Amino acid sequence: MNKVRTIIRKEWAEVFRNRMVLFSVAFLPLLMAAIPLAIIFASRGSMTTDQYGEMPAQVETFCPAELSGGDCFQVYMVSQFMLMFMILPLAIPSTISAYSVIGEKTSRTLEPLLATPITTLELLAGKSLAALLPAIAATYISFGIFSLGAWIMIPNPAVFAAMMDARWLIAVFLVGPLLSLVSVNVSIMISSRVTDPRAAEQLTALLVVPLLAVFFGQFAGLFVINRELILYGALFLLLIDAILIFLSTQIFQRETILTRWK
Amino acid sequence: MIQTENLTKRFGSTLAVKGLNLSIEQGEVFGFLGPNGAGKTTTVRMLASLISPTQGRAVVNGFEVGRQDDQIRRSVGVLTETPGLYDNLSAEYNLRIFAELYEVRDPAGQVEKYLRMLGLWERRFEPTATFSKGMKQKLAIARALLHEPKVLFLDEPTAALDPESARLVRDFISELRREGRTIFLCTHNLDEADRLCDRIAVFKTRLLVVDTPERLRQQMFGRKVVFHLRNLDEAMLSKVSELPFVSEARMVDGRLLVTLDDPEKRNPEIVRQLVMEGAEIQFVGELRYSLEEVYLRLVRNDGAPAT
Ligand SMILES: Nc1ncnc2c1ncn2[C@@H]1O[C@H](COP(=O)(O)OP(=O)(O)OP(=O)(O)O)[C@@H](O)[C@H]1O
Ligand SMILES: [Mg+2]
Repeated sequence: MNKVRTIIRKEWAEVFRNRMVLFSVAFLPLLMAAIPLAIIFASRGSMTTDQYGEMPAQVETFCPAELSGGDCFQVYMVSQFMLMFMILPLAIPSTISAYSVIGEKTSRTLEPLLATPITTLELLAGKSLAALLPAIAATYISFGIFSLGAWIMIPNPAVFAAMMDARWLIAVFLVGPLLSLVSVNVSIMISSRVTDPRAAEQLTALLVVPLLAVFFGQFAGLFVINRELILYGALFLLLIDAILIFLSTQIFQRETILTRWK
Repeated sequence: MIQTENLTKRFGSTLAVKGLNLSIEQGEVFGFLGPNGAGKTTTVRMLASLISPTQGRAVVNGFEVGRQDDQIRRSVGVLTETPGLYDNLSAEYNLRIFAELYEVRDPAGQVEKYLRMLGLWERRFEPTATFSKGMKQKLAIARALLHEPKVLFLDEPTAALDPESARLVRDFISELRREGRTIFLCTHNLDEADRLCDRIAVFKTRLLVVDTPERLRQQMFGRKVVFHLRNLDEAMLSKVSELPFVSEARMVDGRLLVTLDDPEKRNPEIVRQLVMEGAEIQFVGELRYSLEEVYLRLVRNDGAPAT
C-alpha cells in the first residue's frame, strides 16, 4: 500500500506541472458548474404559467405536481445539462494518465521503476488512482459549486429539491466514479500504444460520444433519463469496468511494458 | 553469485540470447562485451527479473529467476541503458521515490549518503532536467545503490560520458568492488573492461569466450617478445627458431619477433644465443596486444580463439 502511495505522490508531483493537466483539472469543473448556473440565472422568473402547455410532455416527469410551469421548465433545462457533469470523470483521468504514461515512456523511466520490487498491480493501482482521485474530487467539487450556486439563486426550496433529484445524485456520486474508471483504463491502454499524449487524449475523448448520444437522445425526447435507466447504466458500467480492469492487468506485465510499449 | 544454464531469449523470430552458461563469483567484476544488438541488455533484463527467459534457468544471489523474482529485485541493483530520471523532479525526490519503492529502512539517510558520495548533494533540489549527462548518469548509479544490493548490473555506465566523468564513474566502480559487491558490467569500452574486470565474456547472441583479460590475450596471440637488433640476419633467425621452447620466430620490419610460453625464464637464453651469434641487441620488449585486438578477432571470426 505504501508503494501505491509513493506512486500516487510521484505522479502528482510530475503531472500537475503540465499545463494541459492543470487546465483540465482546474478549469473544466468550473466551466461545468457555470453552465447550469447560467441557465438558472437566465431563466429566472422569465417563464409564465401558460407556456407550460407548449412544453413536451416528458417535462412533466421532471416536476412534482405542485411546481408552476416556469419553475418546472427551469428544472427541466437544468436537468438536461446535468449530464455535462459526466464529462469531467471522462475527461480528467484520460488527460492525467495520457501524460503520465507517455511521459514515462519517452523519458524511459519505466525500466528502473520495474526493476524495483513493486508489483505491477501496485503500479497499475498507483497510476490509476493518481488519475481517478483528482477526477472524482473535481466532479464532486464542481457539483458542489453548482449546488451551492443553485441554492443561493433559487428562492423556492421545492424547485431546488426537484433539481437535486436522486437521479443526479446517483449520477454524480456513483456513475461518475465508474465512468472515470472506464476512462483511466482506456487511456492507459491507448497511451501504451501511442507516443503523443494529445493523440491519446483525443482517442480517449471518443468515450464522450456515447455520453453525447445520451444527451441528445434525451434532448430530442427519445427517452427520459429516469432513476431505473441510471441504475441500469451504472450496472452496465460496472460490468465494463470489470472487463477493462481484467484486460489492464493482463497488459500490465513487466515484460509487456518493457518490450511492447513503444 | 550468478549462475545461468542454457539461458535463452527469443523475441518472435529473433534469437537474442542463445544457450548462455555463466558462473560468476561473489565480489567479481564481470565484463560483458559484445557488438550492438549482441543481446547484452536482454541478458541483464533476464538476470534482473525484468523479462523472462524463453528457455534455461538462472540463479542470482541464490534466487531463481522466474520463481523468486521479488527476492531478486530486492537484492540486485540495475543501472539501465538510459538513466531514465524524472526530469521535472529534483535529484533528491528522484532518489526518494526509489528508496521508498525499495523499502529502504532509512530513506533520507541513504539518499544523503549517495548524493554526497557522488558529489550531487549541493544540487539535490534542482530538477534533473538541468543536469549534465554525467550528473544524470551518476544519479542513476546512486539510484541503483540505495538498497545496498549485493549484485549490481551496470549497462554501459560510461557510454556518452566525457573522459573525466567516465573516469569518475570508473573509480566509483572500483570502490564498489572493494566493498565486495558483485558487478556485472556491460560495456563497449575495451580499455575500461581491461582495467576494471576480473573476467571478461565476449558475447554475440551466444557466448564466445570467458576468461581473464590476460589469459584471453595469451590464448589468442600467445606471448610475443620483440628483439631490436642493429644487425639481424637469417643465421640469427634460424638459430633462435631452433631453440626447443620457441614456438615461432619471424623477422618483421627488421626486428625479431619470437613467440614463446615463458618469456621470463627463456629470454636470457635467447639473448645469450643471439650474442653468441654476434648480434648487437638494442632493446628487448614484450609485445602486448590490446584487448581490442582480441575482441575484434573474436567478434569478426564469430568463434573460438584461434591457436
Ligand atoms: N523488445 C524487443 N522486441 C524484439 N526484439 C528485441 C527486443 N529487445 C531486443 N530485441 C532484439 O534482441 C537483440 C539483442 O538486443 P539487445 O538490446 O539485448 O542488444 P545489446 O547487446 O544490448 O546491444 P547494444 O550494444 O546496442 O545496447 C537485437 O537483435 C534486438 O533487435
Ligand atoms: Mg544494450
